[in-house]
Amino acid sequence: MNSGYVLQQIVNGLILGSMYALVAIGFSMIYGIIRLINFAHGDIVMIGAFATLGLMQLKQVPFFVIALAVLGCGAMVGMVIERGAFRPMRGAPQVTGFIASLAVSIMIQNLGILFLTAQPRNFSFPAYMQRLIHWGPVSFRVVDAAIIVTTVLLMLMLLAIVYRTRLGVAMRATAENMDVARLMGININRAIWATFAIGSALAGIAGLMWGGKFGQIDPLLGYVPGLKAFIAAVIGGVGSISGAMLGGFLLGLAEVLFVGLLPPIYAAYRDAFVFSTLIVMLLLLPNGLLGRASEERA
Amino acid sequence: MLNIDNLHVYRGKTYVLKGVDLHVNAGEIVALIGANGAGKTTVLRAISGLLRPQNGHIQFQTAPHSDPIDLSALPAEKIVSHGICHCPEGRGIFARLTVRENLMLGAYLRRDTPQIQRDRDEITDLFPILKTRFGQTAGNLSGGEQEMLAIGRALMSRPRLLMLDEPSLGLAPVVVQTLFETLRKINRRGVTLLLVEQNAVMALELSDRAYVMETGRIALSGSSNDLAANDAVRRAYLGGRR
Repeated sequence: MNSGYVLQQIVNGLILGSMYALVAIGFSMIYGIIRLINFAHGDIVMIGAFATLGLMQLKQVPFFVIALAVLGCGAMVGMVIERGAFRPMRGAPQVTGFIASLAVSIMIQNLGILFLTAQPRNFSFPAYMQRLIHWGPVSFRVVDAAIIVTTVLLMLMLLAIVYRTRLGVAMRATAENMDVARLMGININRAIWATFAIGSALAGIAGLMWGGKFGQIDPLLGYVPGLKAFIAAVIGGVGSISGAMLGGFLLGLAEVLFVGLLPPIYAAYRDAFVFSTLIVMLLLLPNGLLGRASEERA
Repeated sequence: MLNIDNLHVYRGKTYVLKGVDLHVNAGEIVALIGANGAGKTTVLRAISGLLRPQNGHIQFQTAPHSDPIDLSALPAEKIVSHGICHCPEGRGIFARLTVRENLMLGAYLRRDTPQIQRDRDEITDLFPILKTRFGQTAGNLSGGEQEMLAIGRALMSRPRLLMLDEPSLGLAPVVVQTLFETLRKINRRGVTLLLVEQNAVMALELSDRAYVMETGRIALSGSSNDLAANDAVRRAYLGGRR
């Protein structure tokens, strides 16, 4: 096992980690603002992937425009879900929202099977995205590089929104104390809506990447990224945006390195390894790497 | 300026306010005192819109001679813009946000940026300690500093009526003394104050008029001097001194 091979695995881990991180951010933000474990979040990845597939049928549309449209589509789906399923339950116990999110997830998956059939579909990006690039011992496709670069850019944009804008301050204030946020004049429903929109837009674009990376999509594909984003969020500290970014990259790296560096017979245990990470994490550092000591609001 | 008429409020399933009448005139300092659980906080939460009254009216004059509007139909986030700011129990500062962000949230609905800057300077003159802590997260402030931040933040909304819920809670007596002096200063600048306090001695000293609440009703009301001299009040709230 030479250093070039290890480097290649690290690059692969970063690519996978980018997608986990993008999904984990929204998951974590939504938990942070309304303490909702949103299991429907992963299904927005699937919707994003199919939206991309649909838009790619229109030959004339430049790829950049497709990506923007997929971001918008994710945001819209997130807002519809929040308005339809979660806002009516505002103030209900945490477990009610959790169950509602499972229901939404099952509904989206089954609607997907109903209208799109369970048959996996090929998903191929334009040829120039598939070109291989060789950098010393490391090789990757254009699409892989695009995944990492886009992820980093989106993260920077997100941090700018959350920490530099009036909307971001309103979102953070709402996450900390809804009553006082209202006393300041913040429309908390709008702040929560914005959180769903932003988080879901990132999940949607992760769907585009997921399709580009694995070349095949089906209506149930959101399940795995959803669960892994959950784990990534727990690793980073649920509710923390930077934690979700870190957790996503770490989980992607760990998963790829586990498969790549251990003897091939262990490769099948990939997901078992990932979930063991979750258990170990919950035992040793229940607040995650960047999480705060757990505080339950009164 | 503020007129509350026959206010009935439930908190969840508990019947908390059973017909409260109260008024505040422009320029006054009015104190609301009473035992724990009497419903003082609930009165403020109903005024600021965090709780919906079951019955009764809350009328507020948004400008000196304007027709009063009914607050009971408005959501909390709309009420601030009419000139009422509620400094909640336990201060309600945003511990993870910086001192600067907390202050600016007080002016969240305002659009007059140059005036906001001037107000911020004025408020940091009132509470100089805040200026030195601008970039720090508010959670790192001491209790007294957090209270000043909470009041400063409330002032950033340019309220006509400032409602304070237990500003002295958990503060050292010296700090409370300075705090109350500052409140008087704020009042002299033209802000009307409605103050909920456990510390009845201090509250009666500061205020012009006061209401004594007992289990969801106003038991007594009058000028603060009269109430401070009242035997029943002295026995119940002022430590029984003769």
